[in-house]
Amino acid sequence: MSNLTLNVNGKMHTVDVNPSTPLLYILRNDVGLQGPRFGCGLGQCGLCTVIINGAAVRSCITPVSTVKSEITTLEGLAKDGKLHPLQQAWIDEQVPQCGFCQNGQIMTAKVLLDKNPKPTDAQIREAVNRTLCRCMTYYRIQAAIKRASTTIAAQSAAEKEVVA
Amino acid sequence: MTPLAKTSRRDLLKSAGLLVVSFTAAGTKPLAAQSTASAAGPYIDPDFKQLDSWIVIREDNTATFYVGKTDCGQGTGTSFRQLMADELDFAYDKTSCVMGSTDITVDQGGSGGSTAMERDAWPMRRVAAEARRVLLEMGSSRLGAPVDQLAVREGVITVKSDPSKRVTYGELVGGKKFHVALTGANINATTGVAKVKPVQEHKIVGLSPQRYDIPAKVDGSLKWAVDVKLPGMVHARNVKPPVAGAKLIRIDESSVKGLPGFIKVISKGNYVAVVCEREEQAINAARQLKANWQKPATAPFPSSEDLFKFMRSAAPTSNSKPILVGDPDKAFAGAAKIVEANYDIPFQGHTAIAPAHAMADPSNGQMTVYSNDMKSYGMRRGVAEFLGMPPEKVRVVWMEGPQGYGRTAADDAGCEAAYLAKEIGRPVRMQWMRSEESAWDTKAPAFTVAMRGGLDADGNLIALDYNCQAADYNHVGYNEADTVLIAQLMGIRRATPAAGSAATPSEMYAIPHRRMTSQVVSLPLVWETPLRTGNLRDPNGPQSTFAAESFIDEMAVAAKADPLEFRMKMLTASTTDDSGFKRARSIAVLKAAAEAYGWDRRPSPKPRDTGDILTGRGVAYAFRGQTIAAEIAEVEVNRKTGHVWVKRLVCAHDCGLVVNPVALRHTVECAMLHSVSRTLYEEVQFDTEKVIGVDWTSSPTLTHADAPAKIDVVLVNGDPNPNRPDLPPYGAGETACKPMLAAIANAIHDATGVRMRRIPFRPARVLAALQNGRA
Repeated sequence: MSNLTLNVNGKMHTVDVNPSTPLLYILRNDVGLQGPRFGCGLGQCGLCTVIINGAAVRSCITPVSTVKSEITTLEGLAKDGKLHPLQQAWIDEQVPQCGFCQNGQIMTAKVLLDKNPKPTDAQIREAVNRTLCRCMTYYRIQAAIKRASTTIAAQSAAEKEVVA
Repeated sequence: MTPLAKTSRRDLLKSAGLLVVSFTAAGTKPLAAQSTASAAGPYIDPDFKQLDSWIVIREDNTATFYVGKTDCGQGTGTSFRQLMADELDFAYDKTSCVMGSTDITVDQGGSGGSTAMERDAWPMRRVAAEARRVLLEMGSSRLGAPVDQLAVREGVITVKSDPSKRVTYGELVGGKKFHVALTGANINATTGVAKVKPVQEHKIVGLSPQRYDIPAKVDGSLKWAVDVKLPGMVHARNVKPPVAGAKLIRIDESSVKGLPGFIKVISKGNYVAVVCEREEQAINAARQLKANWQKPATAPFPSSEDLFKFMRSAAPTSNSKPILVGDPDKAFAGAAKIVEANYDIPFQGHTAIAPAHAMADPSNGQMTVYSNDMKSYGMRRGVAEFLGMPPEKVRVVWMEGPQGYGRTAADDAGCEAAYLAKEIGRPVRMQWMRSEESAWDTKAPAFTVAMRGGLDADGNLIALDYNCQAADYNHVGYNEADTVLIAQLMGIRRATPAAGSAATPSEMYAIPHRRMTSQVVSLPLVWETPLRTGNLRDPNGPQSTFAAESFIDEMAVAAKADPLEFRMKMLTASTTDDSGFKRARSIAVLKAAAEAYGWDRRPSPKPRDTGDILTGRGVAYAFRGQTIAAEIAEVEVNRKTGHVWVKRLVCAHDCGLVVNPVALRHTVECAMLHSVSRTLYEEVQFDTEKVIGVDWTSSPTLTHADAPAKIDVVLVNGDPNPNRPDLPPYGAGETACKPMLAAIANAIHDATGVRMRRIPFRPARVLAALQNGRA
């Protein structure tokens, strides 16, 4: 066991754990988060996805000791009490069935839109393809990502107008 | 969300302050945490014959409905609120719904069989109507005006002649109990004196308020069953037999004793679990544990490659009573053309996106299980009996979890966590691993179906034989103390295993001579098997309908008829109908699907495309209960790779009264895609001793790349009198799963001229078929 300090959603947490422990268990059991979830423990399904250095990371296969940068989780997407456009799009499109996988879907989509705010349909499919949903909400997820993309474009246009 | 400190319904009434805090969020967030803190017990069943068991109205004119159902993600809670708010004449957004926890909700059985709207919403509607009646009488006394002189809107009663005279429901009964007795021989029959409204008077039913459970699912605030944390809790993992039917000889505890956080190995019979302080420690200890197992003397089952041959020659454990119409033998003897075909559908797993899990708390000599089991009441009975505890000392607190669809009707983890918690004397969190879930979850039975059809000289289907074998012997119950997996592994055996079932087709075709027979068969290993069957979303329907509706297409091909027209002709050939107008509604959904798709009438297969991508379309239809679905799939088949893309889907769906159209459309959409996954990818693969597809690489599923480009769901109401005041809602969670397998097979045939008769249609199998069929 050893003391490690993690920056999660902008807050520092010191934990005393085996350094090889997958990040997922630390986030869930020590930091007390509920967004990232266990699905396979193999990095195959994406339920455990968090964002580190702008990349979608599967926390179930990431040893905690290898994480040196800020970790963003689903709980960290909303800003100033306002949902991220993706989260709002998920509500507007009524995406989930059970909803258990949606952490991975939203977090993976966030990484996509951060890099490519106006993805094509094919780019959306490609970006989220390895994030599984056994309720098969894929069609709605893709629609929600498109909707969020439109919202983000409108927001950034409005911001530019303000600046101008 | 603000979790409530108290849990019992008595306390819910008392602790109004807490409720208000919680309720302010209720419009957008569920109240799932209501039971999560420890309540003292005993946990006496709420009395379904008391109005107070169903509805609580508070002084601030808000209401909470307590229903004995669980939601597997189709938004049934939202629909219950709509129905009950309408009967109560209450504002939808001033209501909330508490579901499925055995100590605070009446036992409606939880989820299963798509009964939420069809069966279980009726007592809810009647008790809400009764509450309205009682409140109007109270309002009459308060306002000094007869009931027929009163108006009520959104929980506010006014005197019609003088609307300034008003009183709210909250002012009449807020913080108090109704003390109104209901009647009814059983919970489904629960009723008061009041009658439910004609559906035309509904204001909220038929609208699509957003599902209240979704916001907390997308902002990370929902506390799921996996999230429960209790002081002093420990973590457990199972160690399953390495091969099916293996016997535990010896455990070498020294292999794990020195590991950090290790607490105990617990084993009985062939059940083995390790318990550690931390989750990752339990995972590690379960991997490290050394144990000797003795393989069974004979193979527990044939390999999945040899399964159908085995099933076809196995002696049946039971035979259904044949369904016989006319004289099929004579009709076949006189037929102008006879077609025969066999269809095989393998075992398919639930393979839920996350594995089974539960937390059990043995505090106060009682047992609280925090679980996503969709039949929480069944689990409570099972846990009590399994542990030898009186039922009133056991409760199951239902919380949300990964998809239900039947797996969590018998989730296994609840009984395991409770057993371990009792042994350890501390709260135990049990969670299965991925490989364990994929290997050992309950399976949909494999089917092999033989079809034979006879056409007359005019191309009419005059004789049809359906005969199937289903590997469904010892189909598990709902966490029963003598069938739950932990009990099986401990050597507990019920004297007579469940017979299982084998379905016959469900359509309304008028075929003058037909015979439908079915048999259940058993694999060699009956108990402790990873191939134990349980309910998977319309347990036998997709299998039987794949065969039946593929074969109707084959007969249409033999008759050189358009497949939709061929079906329509058999539906319109008879004028008799059942009490639910199922024939008329079948015709209506097929017409609606054809119209939405833009179906052009021609026989299949279509003239072959020239490029690598071959396109085609297929139709299939079925009913489940009184709900009817006709589906059209359009596919692209890659001639070079065998890859199939279901590019477009249309479903025309009739489930009677529609409560929440958006939630319904999405349910239907996902039910179709669930079956697309089952059609294209899903099969439990096993050698002669174990399941070998145990992760998402070896056991593939539908992915984002497979999502259709376009899905249309048409909500039909084909009732000859769609405006009748008592139009009933029928179940909608499963019917749309049923026709899809055949619709895709029929579309592939239309595109390629090749008939796929063995599920699933993974690329290698399709490619082989194309090469054999020279598509």
